[in-house]
Amino acid sequence: MSVRDTARNQRDASWVPRKRRGAELVLTMMAVVIGVAAYAAVGLGTEGTIPADTFKLGGFLAVVAVATTLLVRRVAPYADPVLLPLVIALNGLGLAMIYRLDVGRQALDPDRAAFANGQLVWTTLGVVAFAVTLTLLRDHRRLQAFTYSFGLAAIVLLVLPLLPVVGREINGARIWINLGPFSFQPGEAAKVCLAIFFAGYLVVKRDALALAGRRFLGIDLPRGRDLGPILVAWLISIGVLVLQKDLGSSVLFFGLFVVMLYIATERPGWLVVGALLVTAGVTLGYWQFGHVRTRFDAWLDPFTGDAGYQVKTGLFGLAHGGILGTGWGQGSPQTTPYSFSDYIIASLGEELGLTGLMAILLIYGLIVERGLRIALTCRDGFGKLLAAGLAVSFALQVFVVVGGVTRLIPLTGLTTPFLAQGGSSIVLNWLIIALLLRISDQTRRPAPSPASLASSDTQVVRLP
Amino acid sequence: MNKPIRVMAVFCLVLFAALLVNVNVVQFVQAEDLNAREGNRRVLDAEFSRHRGPILVDGEAIAESVESDGRFEYQRRYIDPELYAPLTGFFSYTYGRSGIERTENSILSGSDDSLFVDRLGDLLGNQQPQGGSVELTIDAAAQKAAAAGLADLGRGAKGAVVALDPSTGAVLAMASQPSYDPNLLASSDLASVQASMEELMADEDQPMLNRGTRQILPPGSTFKLVTAAAALEQLNLEPRSKVKAGRSLSFPGQTYELVNEGGSTCGGSTITLEKALNVSCNVSFGWLADKLGQDRLAEQAAKFGFGTELGDQVSAVQSRFTTEGTELEQSQLAQSGIGQFEVAATPLQMATVAAAIANDGEVMEPYVVKTRRAPNLSVLPGSPTEPESLGRAMSQGNAAKLRTMMESTVQEGTATSARISGATVGGKTGTAQSTKDRPPYAWFVSYATKGDRQVAVAVVVESSRTSRSEIAGGRLAGPIARSVMDAVIK
Repeated sequence: MSVRDTARNQRDASWVPRKRRGAELVLTMMAVVIGVAAYAAVGLGTEGTIPADTFKLGGFLAVVAVATTLLVRRVAPYADPVLLPLVIALNGLGLAMIYRLDVGRQALDPDRAAFANGQLVWTTLGVVAFAVTLTLLRDHRRLQAFTYSFGLAAIVLLVLPLLPVVGREINGARIWINLGPFSFQPGEAAKVCLAIFFAGYLVVKRDALALAGRRFLGIDLPRGRDLGPILVAWLISIGVLVLQKDLGSSVLFFGLFVVMLYIATERPGWLVVGALLVTAGVTLGYWQFGHVRTRFDAWLDPFTGDAGYQVKTGLFGLAHGGILGTGWGQGSPQTTPYSFSDYIIASLGEELGLTGLMAILLIYGLIVERGLRIALTCRDGFGKLLAAGLAVSFALQVFVVVGGVTRLIPLTGLTTPFLAQGGSSIVLNWLIIALLLRISDQTRRPAPSPASLASSDTQVVRLP
Repeated sequence: MNKPIRVMAVFCLVLFAALLVNVNVVQFVQAEDLNAREGNRRVLDAEFSRHRGPILVDGEAIAESVESDGRFEYQRRYIDPELYAPLTGFFSYTYGRSGIERTENSILSGSDDSLFVDRLGDLLGNQQPQGGSVELTIDAAAQKAAAAGLADLGRGAKGAVVALDPSTGAVLAMASQPSYDPNLLASSDLASVQASMEELMADEDQPMLNRGTRQILPPGSTFKLVTAAAALEQLNLEPRSKVKAGRSLSFPGQTYELVNEGGSTCGGSTITLEKALNVSCNVSFGWLADKLGQDRLAEQAAKFGFGTELGDQVSAVQSRFTTEGTELEQSQLAQSGIGQFEVAATPLQMATVAAAIANDGEVMEPYVVKTRRAPNLSVLPGSPTEPESLGRAMSQGNAAKLRTMMESTVQEGTATSARISGATVGGKTGTAQSTKDRPPYAWFVSYATKGDRQVAVAVVVESSRTSRSEIAGGRLAGPIARSVMDAVIK
């Protein structure tokens, strides 16, 4: 080691990243204001008055938000300061829109269920899950010890909906389980478990998988025997597609695996193989399953026939919103089926317009960007892979659901993170943010100073 | 592992860029098409909860939005609904829009691009956007005279009146009988709207049909004006030129003979062209049609507007001389020359013929919207409507010659029922056969000038309780045309 390197190391070691917790607090308060103002605007738009409980709700949200930032300040002081405010802003917008849709849907039919209160409870649970994860998990590398447990958990979670008593089929997809009064989509939890499993597995096996293979058409293809794991993952995804009839989750799981495999091995050949297998799977789905074909046909022409009704009315809503939107409570997003869950993006696009929708997409983009930045700067392979996997799968999920609603790609049933009504989704997404913050705290925390080692009682001695 | 993470970052960037571009396409580029699509309830919902602009005639509202306690914030109300229904059309939640409510929807609803600044103001001031107003070219007195004239025929009578300003093409009156009440379709009680609609659709007399613009009927002898114009233009005839007359016109190799109404000889074996028009001599005009040939007669009809949709604002159907690609036999051509066989025209078309003759041969495009105004009453760009010429149907000199012939027809011919003292009136009657067992259609086409006031009018009466022999255009349709013209030039 040269003298200059040593000097740089000492300078690096003495460099302490700014924690920016004050900035996080300011951004968080702005995010709370966005959510509460949206709620007040819904009242103005629908009833002409600000809802009486605005200040109560606003106070509650502010207390929860401030408590969360204080917790982060205490248990993860070096964590990324932007992620939390971004997520709170999305969650607040989602809550306001679900409340607005409750009002609109019950105006059409008083017997329809209201979701806003339930969503508020689930959000609180999500924040609690976030706090517990961040408090108990002081080092993300501890998860690596449970790699195969998470793999097993993922498979159990995927199989659960297929079991006779607990499983439920809703709208042609068997992706729900019954837990007493609740129904729960285990797919979201399976996604997180799979990301942890893949990260733990690949960080160990990456060198074996990166062995040189054949070169074909300028692409390094992996060896035949190394194709084993990717084929298994593909078969699991196909299994999800065949048995649960859920094209969206199937593409998401497989995409997650291929991307993580590519990042671990640095071999673009995996992406080519992955893309070919996805194409094969989707083609198979198109020819074998009526509901997949229906989705495709509704995508190509939503305006004739009943199959495209949801896509069509969603597009009408978006178009009706135009550039500036109708304003909170002034459009009719409630006329679209599932306006509060799968189609919440169309509801927001209608009332907040192109401007609001682009802002929401940019918030999503920033979340992905922060996640990838954490992956880039992370010092350990496991954390890198996990952060990158979570960020890219988040991006894929947003693309699949928003692209489906806006007719860029065929519609598949995935939840819109932090916006859509649904307990499992909101809790698991808060967990993902907790994991990302934990990794980023580890990443940005200054390394222990070597100087302290020298001055301590224990000395490093050279043995003869 | 940082290189693949950077690659994935670019990949995510591409995904988000695709989403952003796509929402711009849907919400900006395609928005207008999507909003205009059938079955788009949202646009209707919004329009029903918004203050829709009024439709005005002579400064008075004939359709307006009033505040309502019902399902929607506003209720569309039609004043004198049956009188103006052929113009206003209806504005219905279930059945959409028709008439001016349809063609001027973007102004009335406030969604037009020219109202963008107003909308922005409303948005910033947190006001509900308002629609602009549309003022029509209609002359209220003429419109009332037209409807009253048709009503005088009795309840069973069907007919239409269209009056134009010859120098501009502005529609001064457009009445159709039977009419309907658009208030019944604008109600927020959707069950009663549906019942009313079903009843209207089941009515054999088709009360929702605007007979002035949407129905073509054989124009009969009024088409002789077109044949006469062609004779003046193409054969260089004069009103004094001699044409064949007599009891009948026969065709080689056919037993069919073209005869005159009532079996007359029109006053000799040859008469002047003017006399032929005065007495509406079938033999003369059948003979002229034969002389002209199909091409030249069809060309003259096209110059007057046959085969085109006259005026975008009035959504008229095309009138026709023959069906596309027909090669007429000699006898068929002769029948076409007197407005029979396949010739069929809207009253709007025949009013346009009279207007062109009165306007020295120049055909003006019919229009019905005079001024479009923003909610703050400022006149919108492209308004008031500039009259537009559709070209010249005949020379100024020949138009003057045809006018003298039409004026003598009113003075001493078949059209005396349209005489107005103190005004110059030219006219032509028509009686067209449809089928043997139905009463024929009575037509009357005329114009009147007094000082600087001018009007052209076409009247058709489809059927009436009046007996078959009395249905000649002059007696039934003439007085209606007269009262409408009188209302305009008074």
